[in-house]
Amino acid sequence: MWIFIVKRTGLMTLTALCLTFLVFFLTNLQPNLEKLAKTQGNMRMSDTQVEQWLEDRGYNQPLLVRYGEWLGVAQGFVFTKESGKTVGRCVKPGADTIPNYCGVLQADMGWSSVFKDNVSSIVSKRLGLTGWLMLFVMLVMVPMALIIGVLAGMKEGSRTDRSLSTFAIITTATPEYVSGVIFVVIFASSAVGLRWFKGSSASAMDEITIANFSLPVMTMAFYGMGYIARMTRASMAEVMTAQYIRTARLKGVSFYNIVLKHALRNALIAPFTVIMLQIPWLLTGVVIVETLFNYKGFGWLLVQAASNNDIDLLLACSMVAVFVVLITQLISDIGYVFLNPRIRIN
Amino acid sequence: MDALSALQITIGILVQLIPVWVAMAIIFSLSLYYRQRLGLYGHLFDSRVGTIGLVLVLFWVLTAIFADLIITHDPLGQISGMKNKGVGFPVRGVEGAYYFLGGDNLARDIFSRVVMGSRSVLTIAPAATMFAFMVGITLGLPAGYRSGTLDTVLSFLSNLVLAFPVILLFFLLVTPEIRSTGVPIYLAAVLFLFPIILFVVLFQSRFYTQPVKRNIYVLIVLVLGFWAYSGLAFNMDPLGVFYMEPNLLNIFVAVVFVNSPTVFRIVRGLTLDIKTRDYVAAAETRGEGPWYIMLWEILPNARGPLIVDFCLRIGYITILLGTLGFFGLGVSPESPDWGMTINEGRKLLSIYPHLAIPPALALMSLVLGLNLLADGLREQSLKD
Repeated sequence: MWIFIVKRTGLMTLTALCLTFLVFFLTNLQPNLEKLAKTQGNMRMSDTQVEQWLEDRGYNQPLLVRYGEWLGVAQGFVFTKESGKTVGRCVKPGADTIPNYCGVLQADMGWSSVFKDNVSSIVSKRLGLTGWLMLFVMLVMVPMALIIGVLAGMKEGSRTDRSLSTFAIITTATPEYVSGVIFVVIFASSAVGLRWFKGSSASAMDEITIANFSLPVMTMAFYGMGYIARMTRASMAEVMTAQYIRTARLKGVSFYNIVLKHALRNALIAPFTVIMLQIPWLLTGVVIVETLFNYKGFGWLLVQAASNNDIDLLLACSMVAVFVVLITQLISDIGYVFLNPRIRIN
Repeated sequence: MDALSALQITIGILVQLIPVWVAMAIIFSLSLYYRQRLGLYGHLFDSRVGTIGLVLVLFWVLTAIFADLIITHDPLGQISGMKNKGVGFPVRGVEGAYYFLGGDNLARDIFSRVVMGSRSVLTIAPAATMFAFMVGITLGLPAGYRSGTLDTVLSFLSNLVLAFPVILLFFLLVTPEIRSTGVPIYLAAVLFLFPIILFVVLFQSRFYTQPVKRNIYVLIVLVLGFWAYSGLAFNMDPLGVFYMEPNLLNIFVAVVFVNSPTVFRIVRGLTLDIKTRDYVAAAETRGEGPWYIMLWEILPNARGPLIVDFCLRIGYITILLGTLGFFGLGVSPESPDWGMTINEGRKLLSIYPHLAIPPALALMSLVLGLNLLADGLREQSLKD
């Protein structure tokens, strides 16, 4: 088991390195750097001035060296201007000494050029807000999906099964930007509709209420629910045809006892994996929903970082996203082994 | 003139869609008449879910084909006085002309825009799915059949792409800046090579005992393939037939790139399963080459799950294209792309709900149709 975890951790580190390098490469393409120079320096800079700006700040070093700086294995770039002012990667406004290394390994995620703040503090603040959103989405989505899946799968082909399965298919065909729009019109529009909830969740960043948080949670849960429900249904339907269920039936155990005591536990192994693997998929949903409902969390931050090519911020965001993917994969594999005693890893 | 009532609007739209109804009636009566001879497609009519899915998909396909006949106004044309006007509003100064679903923020007819928007979705999504499948099949078959180092490397690479959040990849890959660096063209140069490789190997492995026939087929593939390749990837088609706008190419390549690893995983898994079958062993004993076994023994037997995934993937890519449009990364700012129309409409959603609802429902019904169709196909292919 431990060898398995060590191996997986090694593979995870390699994947994370490859992916962050890819993001680094894509954000540091020459046109992106020129755009950065113009937005940070002066919009009307000439080409030679842009070149000078990049040169002074160490952007003209080889890509691998700069990636090393970002990681914290290469020395940070420092340059002293003719006026005696030092600029460079590790120079922070207000700090007296300049450290030699400032990268991820030194727990320094860099400086956001858009928000003019430490990347780590911005990201952690926004992640906290998204954490609340995810928590409520999970609390709504997972129980509902499991109930729908179990009810549909316990009698395959019945009327309940068919209507619940159709519902599940409808939810998987309704991406967040469709359901969000429809929900806003139904529940929040001032022209028509019920006016139960608010169409904007901006106030939920201070205080979460039913009125300002229901719509984003509903929108995200609606799209994610169908897939988990379908997997639960398939797994439940398979378990219900197993030999030991037939034996229990022949023994005269009542149907609901069979479902609750015999079938349910085995049927929930597969959905556990699916739910874990679904978490990274929710990121796209987070980005859409936070844009749609103006909730300034991690997804909103990602959009801001990407549209302004804020390199350090974007790298930090992608690192968070990649780690969420890898860790959920690891948890799902380990959890699968614990839940299912038939699988042993050597 | 007064605005139309709900009933009049419904009748008006139904009348406008007459070409679709006629074509659908012809297709359905022919299919039902010959259903015994049509294999899996004929069996589809046995499942209610599959039939509903087929109706929805066919509706949109036919709408896209007859879009020129269906639209009531120019989808890009702006008529003054129609800005944000509600459903069924009469066009000022023109007798008997109405905006069935109202006008948008730039005074364009929403109905015509939604109808025209089906065209771009229904050409890009299936084409991108085709390419993703060809890449996935060309790489997945050897990875599953040969295993070993090739499999390890390809699986690692595909997991790498799959671990990457789709939305982030799109933000990085679909930007105006990246187009000037040529990254989309390099990606296209690699990805568009796979269909040519696949077809060359397909004919080579089948007809290598008949060199004349083989040479003709391979030559045709190479000429046609590289002709299209030069036009699509590098925009250097000498005859100017094949051409893709830089923006469209960028989106297309990004979508194919994101989807091929999933197809690769599916094909690899199916190959691992099928290669243990007796007919594969029989072909190996006969002395068939590995590519013949992969392409002519394993691939045809994997078609059931692949067809089902093909339908699902078109739906998924439709959602992806909508997501791109939603973030303003759509095909072109003027085009009546559904995702972009939703994005434009959502800003005024609480005052003018009619702006975003029609494209949203259109997109949902198309994806729903594809999902139901996939479900029906799965049900029927499992019965065989």
